[in-house]
Amino acid sequence: MTASASRRVRVAEVESIADGIKRFRLVDLAGGPLPSFSAGSHVIVTMHDGNGHTFKNAYSLTSAPEDTSGYEIGVLHTVDSRGGSQFMHERVSPGSELQISDPVNLFPVVRTGRKHILIAGGIGITPFHAMLQELAARGDEFELHYGVRSLARGAFCDELAEKYGARIKIYREDKGERIPLEQILRGQPLGTHMYVCGPSPMIEWALGVGRAAGWPVESLHSEKFTAPLPGNAFTIKLARSGRDILVGAQQSILEALEQNGIDPPYLCRGGACGQCETRVVACSSKLLHNDDYLTAEEKASGQKVMICVSRAAGGVLTLDL
Amino acid sequence: MLPSEVKSRPVYHGLEPDLFASNNIVVCDRAGAVGVNEMLAKTGAEFAARTTVLLSTDEYPDAQAVELDVARFQPARVIALPNGDAVAAALGERLFRAQMGTRIYAAGAEPLIGLAVQRAMRFGIDHLSVRTEHRGSLKRRVQCVHCKTLIENVTASPVKCTGCGQELAVRDHYSRRYAAFIGVRIDAEVPGEIPEQVPFQ
Repeated sequence: MTASASRRVRVAEVESIADGIKRFRLVDLAGGPLPSFSAGSHVIVTMHDGNGHTFKNAYSLTSAPEDTSGYEIGVLHTVDSRGGSQFMHERVSPGSELQISDPVNLFPVVRTGRKHILIAGGIGITPFHAMLQELAARGDEFELHYGVRSLARGAFCDELAEKYGARIKIYREDKGERIPLEQILRGQPLGTHMYVCGPSPMIEWALGVGRAAGWPVESLHSEKFTAPLPGNAFTIKLARSGRDILVGAQQSILEALEQNGIDPPYLCRGGACGQCETRVVACSSKLLHNDDYLTAEEKASGQKVMICVSRAAGGVLTLDL
Repeated sequence: MLPSEVKSRPVYHGLEPDLFASNNIVVCDRAGAVGVNEMLAKTGAEFAARTTVLLSTDEYPDAQAVELDVARFQPARVIALPNGDAVAAALGERLFRAQMGTRIYAAGAEPLIGLAVQRAMRFGIDHLSVRTEHRGSLKRRVQCVHCKTLIENVTASPVKCTGCGQELAVRDHYSRRYAAFIGVRIDAEVPGEIPEQVPFQ
C-alpha cells in the first residue's frame, strides 16, 4: 500500500525555463481542482514508457500553494539519468497523461520562525519557488541565496529578482562567485531558520556551517532526493511469503518489488522520509545504505534498510516482508 | 520523574553543552543550579565566560545562600531574580535582542523549565533546541480545563482548582504553549466520588 492516493493528470503546458530545465504544468483530467498543498511539498510522478519500464520520481511543486487549478514542477535533464528526467524531457509534451501522488511535505516552512534564510543550489531552487510565494504572502522576513552555474542554467533567475528584489541574491559559478554562508548566518536574529536544497555536498556543507555558527539542528532544514544508486544484482528473500525476487543492477529493491506486484509503503523514494523502512532478517553480503534517514548507529546495526535507495552488495538479503 | 505513555509529557534530556554556541543563557533554580555547575565545571572557564545565568531564588533560605551559589557560577554572569515569572520576563528581554548562536538551557523544577521553553518558542526557537534538566521538586503547574485558572505548585492529584473549586485529575497531558499540565474534573461521572490524593512520582 502507498500512503497517499494517486491520480491521473494531463500535461497542460511545457516550457523551457533554463538550459536543461523544463517547467511542466499538470491539471486534473476532468478539469477539476487538485488538492491544495503547503509550500515545500513534492509529488511522485509515475511514468510508463510503453516498453514495460516504469519510472517514479519525486518533484517539488513550484506553483503557488493556494492555486488548485494545477501543479507545476521543474525538471532538470540529468546526464546520467536513470530514465525518469530523460523521459520527462523527451517524451512528455502538452496533452500527455501522467500519474501523480497526492502532495507530501517533508520540507515545510517553520511557521513560528522569525526569519527564513533559503539556500538553493541549481535545481534545488524548485521547493523554494513555492516557499517564497508562501513567505511573501504571510509577510514574513526572508532572503534567498541561490547558486547557479550560469544565468542561462539557473531556473527562475529573472522572475525571482523581479518579484522579490533585494531579497534575492544570485551567485554565478561562471564568475567565480560562491554563497558566503558564514557571513550570511552571522548576526541573524534569534528564531531565524535556514533551509537548504541542492546537491548532497552543498547540503552537507551548509548544515555544517550552520552548526559551526552555533545554530541548533532544529533551526537547520534540508531536503535532498537521492536517486537509487546502481550496484550489483542480488536476490531478496521475503521472509513472510518465502518468495525470491531478483534486484537488477540498475534497480532499487522497491522497484523490483513493485515490478513483481508487491506494493510496500513509500513516500519520497529518495531516502529522506523513512516511510519504507524495512526490517532486515539476514544479509549474506554487506548492506549498502544510501539514505539520509537512518542514524549511523542504525545503519551499523544492520537491522533496518530503506528499500527505496539502499541495497545489498550481492548475495541474498532476507527482508521481513 | 517517571516516563509516561502520554506523548505530550515533556522529556528532559539533560544539560548537554553546545560548544559551538557563541553565547549561552541558562535559566535555573536552586536545585537546577547544581546541574548547571556540573556542566560549567565540565566545559571550563571560556564557556562560562560567554554564559549568563538567570537564577530564580525563591527556593533559597536566605540571601547568604544565594550569594554562595552566585559565587560558584563565576566567571559566568549571574542575575538573581525573585521567582520564575521574573526569570521568564528577564529571559524574554534578552531573547528579544538575541542573535542566532545563542543557546538556551533550563534546569530545575518543571514549571521553571516550562516557562523558559514557552518564552523561547515565542521567539521562533524549537522546544527541542532548549537543553533541559529536571532537578528538585516534582511540583507541576496545572491549568484547569474548565475555568482556565493556572494552579501553581501542585504536588499531587487530584487537586482542588483555586478558581472554580472543582477537584481535578492532573493528567500527563502537557501544553507547551501554556507551560502547564491539564487538570480535568475527576468526579464528573459520579459527583462527590473523589479518590485519595496521590503525590507525583
